[in-house]
Amino acid sequence: MQLFIEQVLNGIGNGVVYGSVALALVLIFRTTGVLNFAQGEMALFSTYISWKLTTTGMPVVGAIAISMAIAFVAGALIERTLIRPVETARSPLNVVIITLGLFLGLNSLVQLVFGTDPQRMPSPFPSGSVSFLGDARIQKDTIGLVVVLLAECVLLWLLLNRTRLGLKLRAVAANPDSARLHGIRAGSMLMLGWAMSAALGALAGSLVAAERTAFDSSLMQTILVYALAAAALGGFDSIWGAIFAGLVVGVADALTIQYVDPLDGIEVVLPLALILVVLVVMPNGLFGKRTVERV
Amino acid sequence: MSEQSGAALEPAIGEAPPVVEPTEPTTTPSLWPSVPRSVLVARIAIGVVLAAAALYAPFYFEPALNRVLSQAIYIAIAAMGLNLLTGFNGQVSIGHGAFFGVGAFTSAILIVDHGWSYEPTIVVAALLSAALGVAVGVPALRVRGLYLALVTLGLAVLFPRVAQRFVDGSGGVALLRPARRNFSSLITGLDDDQWAYFLSLAIMVALFVLAWNLVRGRMGRAMIAVRDQEIAATTVGVSLARTKVATFAVSAAYAGVAGSLSVMVDRIADGTNPILYFQRSIEFLVAVVIGGAATILGPAVGALLLVVLRRNTEGLIEGKEILSPALFGAALIAIVFVLPEGVVGGVRRLLARLGRRSAARAAVAAAASTPPDANDSQ
Repeated sequence: MQLFIEQVLNGIGNGVVYGSVALALVLIFRTTGVLNFAQGEMALFSTYISWKLTTTGMPVVGAIAISMAIAFVAGALIERTLIRPVETARSPLNVVIITLGLFLGLNSLVQLVFGTDPQRMPSPFPSGSVSFLGDARIQKDTIGLVVVLLAECVLLWLLLNRTRLGLKLRAVAANPDSARLHGIRAGSMLMLGWAMSAALGALAGSLVAAERTAFDSSLMQTILVYALAAAALGGFDSIWGAIFAGLVVGVADALTIQYVDPLDGIEVVLPLALILVVLVVMPNGLFGKRTVERV
Repeated sequence: MSEQSGAALEPAIGEAPPVVEPTEPTTTPSLWPSVPRSVLVARIAIGVVLAAAALYAPFYFEPALNRVLSQAIYIAIAAMGLNLLTGFNGQVSIGHGAFFGVGAFTSAILIVDHGWSYEPTIVVAALLSAALGVAVGVPALRVRGLYLALVTLGLAVLFPRVAQRFVDGSGGVALLRPARRNFSSLITGLDDDQWAYFLSLAIMVALFVLAWNLVRGRMGRAMIAVRDQEIAATTVGVSLARTKVATFAVSAAYAGVAGSLSVMVDRIADGTNPILYFQRSIEFLVAVVIGGAATILGPAVGALLLVVLRRNTEGLIEGKEILSPALFGAALIAIVFVLPEGVVGGVRRLLARLGRRSAARAAVAAAASTPPDANDSQ
């Protein structure tokens, strides 16, 4: 039982990470309708900026805040200069190729600018662990991540569902042309969507790096795959779905590693099988909205 | 009749001036409009030059470069498979690296562990990949667009792990290296690298002709109809499930053949790199898009461009090899900016513009003289 709880907590720790990156993916999808493969590498770049700032002696929280601000501006610039010009093209695949180009480019730029050695990112949370359910212990880092993630979710949900700005953002994502006819500046909204998503990625990346003992330029690659899985499982347009699915994927992964010997080394089969089953039974994911199509 | 009048109302790009043909309604389907003679001549000329270049290349280049060309060929085959699925049938897959991997390991295992000679393993690789394609294509019926891309992405990520678990290469790692003698030339006078090149080329040509026939026929029209309007397609009797699953199977088989050829060209089947097959998937997608989606020549052009770009961005800046993926990524972005419909789409548009100009001249001449000759439209 002790082992089981430890594994679940372990899984939650990873799941929160997947959820937070999935959240950025969902945000960009809900506000612009684009699946951004460069999300992880954008976050990686921001993480390195946070780390660089902390090495100058800046407090961790301040460093992360500045890096988020930089990411916000950079995200808007990327949308304006790279994504917008090709979005009018006939094939939606072109945007995918752009984000893949960004993926490759940013990763090698990171290695060029910041070097290839593993680095240590200081944590904004107090170190140590607290006991939980008897003898199992949970890292304070993990608790901090959970709290930050929940705060992000609440803020995002409020923004998207309870403000005029959120309504505009959603309107542009749903139908840019109709939104324009209603006087919404679609371009600004799309830029804002990318900017916010980049800033969220910066936060997620910095906290993830802080949770690990060391990080290098491959930090986000496996995380991105799991985050994509979480986003798909949660239904690509649901904030709460992303978080919940991130936790499901994380815990399922941890439990499979511990208990299912035949899947040793291929435990990633389980979350993927889970996704497949969910999508076959509920094609819009666990929390996704049904779309009604008119013929 | 209706096609002719439709063309008269709204001349399609690159189409000849509308011609009234009283005796027999045209047999050309409207999807494939007849082309002006100048465009036809240009196409034939380009085709002859390309064929001559492809046949002469392996005697001109070094073995190392021949290997690069052979790599371009197998990437082109896989990209064509993906093009059938994504370009013509509208199902986006980022998992074709997995089918490619199945093909590669099928050939490698049969050769190394079971002592097969290489050539028959290509067929087995194609069949196994097609079977896996059916297995993936059936659940894929329930998911569309982005979700399908994600599920197939999972496939590509999963594959190397499955290989690591179940393949025992030398030293216990999932790495198979068939010996060189398994791939020796079957034609005297051809070196091994030239043989690999010509075998790949022959298979590519056969598969491209097959794809060309496929998309022009009943099956192809069903695929395109399903891509453009699923519900409308079902109302005219196209079976959605059958079309989609069959396309998936054919597409996967192409990728499997490509994987099998990669074993001959690179003499390795590698399951140790966890993101290798994801990268392969990306390569195929890139080849399709920069070559031109939903075109026949696109995947080949894209694959060649991809290989050349990658080769030339490696070590372009002395001492900054780290930057080569960045240059490659930048080149991808630049191509999408300049040629949003891919290279073949861009060339086609250029030819159409030339054709339209000559067609306009012909129309003026025809209006001035007697009624036009029906043969002009062919």
